[in-house]
Amino acid sequence: MSTANLDSTVDADLQAQMAHGAEHEEEDHRLFGFIVFLLSESVIFLSFFVGYIVYKTNATDWLPAGVEGLEVREPFINTVVLVSSSFVIYFAERFLHKENLWGFRTFWFLTMAMGSFFLYGQAVEWLGLPFGFRDGLFGGTFYLLTGFHGLHVLTGVLLQGIMLGRSFLPNNYAGGEFGVVSTSLFWHFVDVIWIVLFILIYVWQ
Amino acid sequence: MSNATLEAVSPSLQPQPGAPDNWRRFFSFSTDHKVIGIQYIVTAFIFFLFGGLLAMVMRGELITPEADLVDRTVYNGLFTMHGTIMLFMWTFPMLNGLANYLVPLQIGARDMAFPRLNAAAFWMVPVFGVILTLSFFVPGGPSQSGWWAYPPVSLQNPTGNLINGQSLWLLAVALSGVSSIMGAVNIVTTIFRMRAPGMGWFKMPAFCWTVLSAQMIQLVGLPALTAGAVTLLLDLTVGTSFFNPELGGDPVLYQHFFWFYSHPAVYVIILPIFGVFSEIFPVYARKPLFGYRVVAVSSLIITGLSLIVWVHHMFASGTPGWMRMLFMFTTMAISVPTGIKVFAWVATIWGGKLRLNTAMLFALGGLSTFLFAGITGIMLASAPFDIHVNNTYFVVGHFHYVINGAVVMGFYAAIYHWFPKMTGRMYYEGLGKLHCALTFIGINLIFLPMHPLGLMGMPRRVASYDPEFAFWNVLASLGGFLLGVSTLPFILNMLSSWAQGKQAPDNPWRAIGLEWLVSSPPPHENFEQLPIVVSAPYGYGSDEPLVANDPAHKPTHDLTEGVSP
Repeated sequence: MSTANLDSTVDADLQAQMAHGAEHEEEDHRLFGFIVFLLSESVIFLSFFVGYIVYKTNATDWLPAGVEGLEVREPFINTVVLVSSSFVIYFAERFLHKENLWGFRTFWFLTMAMGSFFLYGQAVEWLGLPFGFRDGLFGGTFYLLTGFHGLHVLTGVLLQGIMLGRSFLPNNYAGGEFGVVSTSLFWHFVDVIWIVLFILIYVWQ
Repeated sequence: MSNATLEAVSPSLQPQPGAPDNWRRFFSFSTDHKVIGIQYIVTAFIFFLFGGLLAMVMRGELITPEADLVDRTVYNGLFTMHGTIMLFMWTFPMLNGLANYLVPLQIGARDMAFPRLNAAAFWMVPVFGVILTLSFFVPGGPSQSGWWAYPPVSLQNPTGNLINGQSLWLLAVALSGVSSIMGAVNIVTTIFRMRAPGMGWFKMPAFCWTVLSAQMIQLVGLPALTAGAVTLLLDLTVGTSFFNPELGGDPVLYQHFFWFYSHPAVYVIILPIFGVFSEIFPVYARKPLFGYRVVAVSSLIITGLSLIVWVHHMFASGTPGWMRMLFMFTTMAISVPTGIKVFAWVATIWGGKLRLNTAMLFALGGLSTFLFAGITGIMLASAPFDIHVNNTYFVVGHFHYVINGAVVMGFYAAIYHWFPKMTGRMYYEGLGKLHCALTFIGINLIFLPMHPLGLMGMPRRVASYDPEFAFWNVLASLGGFLLGVSTLPFILNMLSSWAQGKQAPDNPWRAIGLEWLVSSPPPHENFEQLPIVVSAPYGYGSDEPLVANDPAHKPTHDLTEGVSP
């Protein structure tokens, strides 16, 4: 690349930065950083999954005495609700892109409701189980995995609540939609984790 | 008049981070990467002195064969806290400090990608440092299970309290992990997204390559340790059975979680020091870094390989034979990219016009101790030999040659090299050389005797030993005290130079690099205009300029003219 050519492209770049201000650049960094963080976070789940597989394949008496296994029907309904909410939040984001704020709020609220339903279903399931987290490796890993994932769902719902509240602030999206985009990304992440978790815990019994 | 008004608000006239005036900024929640870098380094160094003090008490105990200076349980707490402090409160924060200070300057950025996250990550260091230190004062004292915290030893909890040395230890380590992840996200994003115009990957200094490689290890490895620490904490506090063999748990799984991170962690520690060597040798040998591209990429190869060697810490943990074979092979393989670097440094120095000032002497000392540690490292990679010396002083000697030999010497080299840039003052060369000599002699005097001790069969982590080991232990103890004394000329040098040293020019070493193009200390936001990089780093002996503009001054033609709508 000739020097003159380089100079001209660089000047254009600098000019673009000065024209747009630093916020857009900053927003791109934030999304990049958030994706890096999610990749790192996924390794915690991966570690728990590997631990679960090692425990389960090596265990001599996996289920505690008096436990037959896990009921799949209600968790399956829960799964369907949570996975569908990933599509609902996608439509919410589409509405925001089209600057249809009420469409966004409606679908965003629907996502929150579905996430809360999932948490409610999880709580009902926990309360009805005949074993606790001290009941062997089965009990320990079950509550650890579902609990750690549940914490993520709770975080997601709280983040969604904040984003919903902020959508009523004037000029909230003047600086970009990083909050909404990253919350939505986080929600998809929580969903994918749940699918793996459901297969490991409920399907593979 | 209008010119004067512009001057008054220009960043170059704002207080310069690092300059001795206005030292109070180092006690504030500053978001300037240079302030945070120095905060990290100084905080870490205080913990280094604390950890060193604990080590000197241990060496005092070991100067006689009997357990007479401190009680055995105290001794257990001492080596546990020494290891934990040196790793989590000294090396990680210290290297984060170097990366924080240097990376934005070297890649031509005005700050890190997330300045507030950066400050938050730093301020967690004193918090978990204090939590860990507090464990000296709880009933039962600090954790006694070593810095690995292997169950079932770490699950014993003799006092029965919920708040005990071990649970505080786990809390501190978990917080340290959160802080490191925040730092890693920040540094990786900065290096990926904020390089100056024209700085392609192969125009980036080797130090930034090594920092990037190291921080990628943090992102992949640390979550595994966090998973292990959280489950161990649950076992300890609420009575789950993940790692408790009495309740059907699997203690070896914890070792996998632990070493999956903690082996790569040694590469997190050593990689930036490799970067420091790669920066320093070309400057003081007046030659380009030999094989720059290969050296740069070898850091990434080390990152990849470091994730598949961890079981070599567990050769004696009932590991199946095929696993021993596999991990013996990968461990030996990782010495190849490391060896490439060593050859490249030697080739850089070879035939160069050497200037042997303090930074160069420390780097040469660090290189030689690292080479020694590398040779014993390959010996230990061999499973039969490793099982023979498992848990002996041979292992202790090996990793201290890496961590105290290469890493601490490399840290000192970096501090002397960049001290004029950080503070705007020159250090005293004579005191620096005295510091270097004392450190080098101290390191060899304390850690070399550990190798014969290990081969003779002296186990590590014991407060008393058979009298036949006395000779080498006395030597090692004397070396340990010498090493403690060696920090005094350093502290004196740093404090007095910072307060009243000679004013440093912008580029005292005639070094090539973006950080040397700005004033010493660099102004707030570093560059008046972003540098436009046109050539690869380390262009010693070539006429090619590094940048197409002068980043320390405003452009001669006003860019805003062209963009006004």
